[in-house]
Amino acid sequence: MSAISELSSLTRRKGPISAAERKANGRDNKAAYIFLLPWLVGLLAITIGPMIMSLYLSFTDYNLLQPPEWTGLDNFTRMLTDARLHNSLGVTFTYVLVGVPLQLAVALLIALVLDKGLRGLPFYRSVFYLPSLLGGSVAVAILWKQIFGTTGLVNQALAMVGIQGPGWISDPSTALGSIILLHVWTFGAPMIIFLAGLRQIPHMYYEAAEVDGASTLQKFWRITLPMLSPIIFFNLVLQIIGSFQSFTQAFIVSGGNGGPSDSTMFFTLYLYQKGFGQFDMGYASAMAWFLLVIIGAFTAVNFIAAKYWVFYDD
Amino acid sequence: MTKIQTLPAADSKSVDSTSKPLPPRRPRESRGNLAFSRSARTKGLVKHAILILTGGLMIYPLVWMVVSSLRPNDLIFREPGLWLNSLEMSNYTDGWSALTHPFGHYMINSAIVVVGSILGNLISCSMAAYAFARLQFNGKKLFFGIMLLTIMLPFHVVIVPQYILFSQIGWVNTFWPLIVPKLLATDAFFIFLMVQFIRGIPKELDEAARIDGAGHPRIFLRVILPLMVPALATTTIFTFIWTWNDFFGALIYLTDPDMFTVPVALRAFVDSQSSTSWGSLFAMSIVSLLPVFLVFLFGQRFLIKGIATTGIK
Repeated sequence: MSAISELSSLTRRKGPISAAERKANGRDNKAAYIFLLPWLVGLLAITIGPMIMSLYLSFTDYNLLQPPEWTGLDNFTRMLTDARLHNSLGVTFTYVLVGVPLQLAVALLIALVLDKGLRGLPFYRSVFYLPSLLGGSVAVAILWKQIFGTTGLVNQALAMVGIQGPGWISDPSTALGSIILLHVWTFGAPMIIFLAGLRQIPHMYYEAAEVDGASTLQKFWRITLPMLSPIIFFNLVLQIIGSFQSFTQAFIVSGGNGGPSDSTMFFTLYLYQKGFGQFDMGYASAMAWFLLVIIGAFTAVNFIAAKYWVFYDD
Repeated sequence: MTKIQTLPAADSKSVDSTSKPLPPRRPRESRGNLAFSRSARTKGLVKHAILILTGGLMIYPLVWMVVSSLRPNDLIFREPGLWLNSLEMSNYTDGWSALTHPFGHYMINSAIVVVGSILGNLISCSMAAYAFARLQFNGKKLFFGIMLLTIMLPFHVVIVPQYILFSQIGWVNTFWPLIVPKLLATDAFFIFLMVQFIRGIPKELDEAARIDGAGHPRIFLRVILPLMVPALATTTIFTFIWTWNDFFGALIYLTDPDMFTVPVALRAFVDSQSSTSWGSLFAMSIVSLLPVFLVFLFGQRFLIKGIATTGIK
């Protein structure tokens, strides 16, 4: 069971264990809290504490040197008129809304081709999975920078068929596209989740449908897709949350400045520049909370929409 | 779906086959006639063609990078093919000593952070997982819910105050900010992974140990830990790869070249490079990917299982 289904079942299940049951079970509070101690300390000191602190800082002006100065909603009103921030939101939304569906579609497609007991499956699976392990590294971002450069691999290949390609990452209209492509390239991880999901669809559904004369396409729409929808949903939620936080690739490919002309200025990159470039910590905190709200909203919409398209067998 | 189940065609045999892992399926086509199986064979060929083409296209840049790192510099911008006329090792020797320290220095730094992070995750996450999977305590549901939520929490929300905290205790340009959070189980999905695994271990084993007079520390150390080695292996491998690749944390906390880990060292290399040193940049990139690649080769089984059961990246 996935983290997400576990979480929703936590909220669904009502009424704690009865008092009698509790007594019978016996509690090991002391032992439990000792085992949980590192996690509890981390939760307070590294997660919840800093969250509260950053919420506070988002209402202040703070540059690390002078003590924070309360400025009320200043940071947030500033965000309303910050054109670069609006641009960075647009870049990030494009990246998420194009990159995630595209990556999942490729992952599903390849998983479907791989599924049916194909010879050489482990080999293919490794080949497709490898990029998703390497994709987050600086080294691959460097490679990408070369491949999509003016005289990079892509244009060398295009030149062989007589096409003069643009400088993909130096042209504002294609720079983001090449980073999205890098995201799609790492489809291996969701592909493996899809493969595991496909394997759990009972074979008899297909056999029954075949007897009824269903076509391959019908089987896909009526059996595979509904049965796989919880997995698709799971992948979608996780990939969206993760993609909103992408940073390394845009940072390396653009040389840290989100260029050319802010076309790869991800929200996270802008946040980094504000917080750790200009030490405008108050503004960076406000941005971080805004990001949390956006991700929360996307996830909530996902969960609401799920009621209409995600199919649970049980 | 229930309608389909009641169709007469679902004979006893096929119903049976769903309850257990399917036996090596006889190709469905073999039931059909010859023409049908021939079209199935073409279908298989088409599938292989698609897979080889897409797979080749995906891996090509990586292979090309390896080949290019063994070529003279100017060829990198002229030669899209994979043909090697001679082996040029100078990119590796040049790249190794291109920064303030030999590249090995940064690899050792990375290794320190990696080992610390792995130990941290193994100890702290397995302890928390034992409590969540086996112990009854007040607030368990609430804490478990919070733990699951923190898996999805974007780290940007905490990074500014964390930075302030760590800089106030003088930990900037030390490895502590990268290791201590792991000792405090902030990589919560490993807790989740281990909880899932422990739930699959028969409870009778704990009970037998308890009857023999073992307390929780003993049950944890002697019964549960030895049985959850696969989950520990998955955690080790993922922690290795993620920590080795981690750029953001190192970028923020490590500004002194003495302390650079491999990703920030590579970044410094990109920034400092003149247009002529792509060869050595590629060479060091490959050196930096090599450990991940080796872990992938030998730990694939655990990686794939880990992803399939918990859906982590």
